[in-house]
Amino acid sequence: MTGARLAIDRIRCNGHGLCAELLPELISLDDWGYPILRNDPVTDALIPYARRAVEACPVLALKLNQPARV
Amino acid sequence: MLAAAPRGVIFDGPSTAESHADHRRRIGALLPVGRRSDVIGILEASGLQGRGGAGFPVGRKWRSVADRAGGRAVVLVNGAEGEPLSVKDRSLMTARPHLVVDGALLAADAVGAEEIIIYIGVEHRAAKAAMGRALAERQADFGRRRLRLLDAPATYIAGEESAAVNVAQSGAALPTNTPPRPFERGVRGRPTLVQNVESLAVAALIAHYGDAWYRGMGRGRATGFGLVTVSGAVARPRLQEVELGSTVGEVAHAAGAARPGVQAVLLGGYFGAWADRDEAWDVELDQASMRTRGLALGCGVVSLLSVDECGVAVTSRIMAYMASQSARQCGPCLFGLAAIAQATQRLATTRAHPDDLERITGWSAQLKGRGACRHPDGAVGLLQSAIAVFGDEFAAHQRGHCLRQVTRKSAA
Repeated sequence: MTGARLAIDRIRCNGHGLCAELLPELISLDDWGYPILRNDPVTDALIPYARRAVEACPVLALKLNQPARV
Repeated sequence: MLAAAPRGVIFDGPSTAESHADHRRRIGALLPVGRRSDVIGILEASGLQGRGGAGFPVGRKWRSVADRAGGRAVVLVNGAEGEPLSVKDRSLMTARPHLVVDGALLAADAVGAEEIIIYIGVEHRAAKAAMGRALAERQADFGRRRLRLLDAPATYIAGEESAAVNVAQSGAALPTNTPPRPFERGVRGRPTLVQNVESLAVAALIAHYGDAWYRGMGRGRATGFGLVTVSGAVARPRLQEVELGSTVGEVAHAAGAARPGVQAVLLGGYFGAWADRDEAWDVELDQASMRTRGLALGCGVVSLLSVDECGVAVTSRIMAYMASQSARQCGPCLFGLAAIAQATQRLATTRAHPDDLERITGWSAQLKGRGACRHPDGAVGLLQSAIAVFGDEFAAHQRGHCLRQVTRKSAA
């Protein structure tokens, strides 16, 4: 477990929905196509998929926050 | 500290603007500059919580700004008061402008601010005029500080603190992403204390009379006093100064409400919650005790719903207003609140689609935490409380009829 978490810039997000397609384990869409984040840390196994979802966001609204390393 | 502190602390005086001379006669000289840095400790000891809605401890907020300020902070005096059911802030600015100015000056000295922005709802004309006159009388006290009177647009979210900072910078009353919060980085990147006018007025009194004086007021475990706006099913809608810990029933009674005529009470305004009459009556108006019941004092709104009114219809009007007041920046708030408002209106007019009640229930649970600011959270929190308190009514409306209309007709 890395403790990494996804965060969405709600003002930027335009509801393209690519993130939910690429990371359905953690992101679903509401009735208008805007993402709903599961309130779980991103497991190690999901990190590569989370990164891909972050990179795919056309408006750079999705972020993966890593906890500070000691 | 002055020994003889007045009771009936804020509104025992004139209903028109008090002059500076009268204000000084009432509470004495402004705290000398050398003692103003002690104010933060006194406020922390007092337990004063903010009166704009969120209830954040005032002393801690001032300290957070002071720690970062290095003498270049900004104080933003928040008199936007966009809450439709509240009149306390405009009334306070109108009647006791110099008390608010005292609070602003003390805050500026305590946190190390070189600029003070007085932010007043553009629709609150009397308040703005009174504050403008007071500021003109107090030019000497402001010294070299920059002082700016700024209109708050007449919208619900104009008083949200990041939106207020945004108005000061760009003129747009739109919330921004947080963090950073204004106390970290606000107007022009400077640590900014955004503080409600009632909080500042009470802070000024605490600075004069001491934290023990403030803690000496209040009922039961509650401490201090505050302003509440009582409206709705009462004989005398009014602004009332109460010791915190007073019950909703006492406040309602003082405003001429008859308990049997009351169905439910809206507490805390449109960001607050409905409570059933029998539950509400014994609720103590105090942040901590209300929180344990899932309620909030918020900006001190107590609004009574008569037994003749339909809670679904009233809630529908509130949801329509809240949807209209979305800043339209974040999709979930823009589309979610609009859909909720429409479905609630169909329910209210007994023309519901088959699953409207289920849908607004589901949407409400989904919307929390999904905006840059807490506008959607406040709106759906109110709706969830309505569905809980008016459960039978909502169910009846889903089936196509209104219980209140039936009651009224059979009574007639």
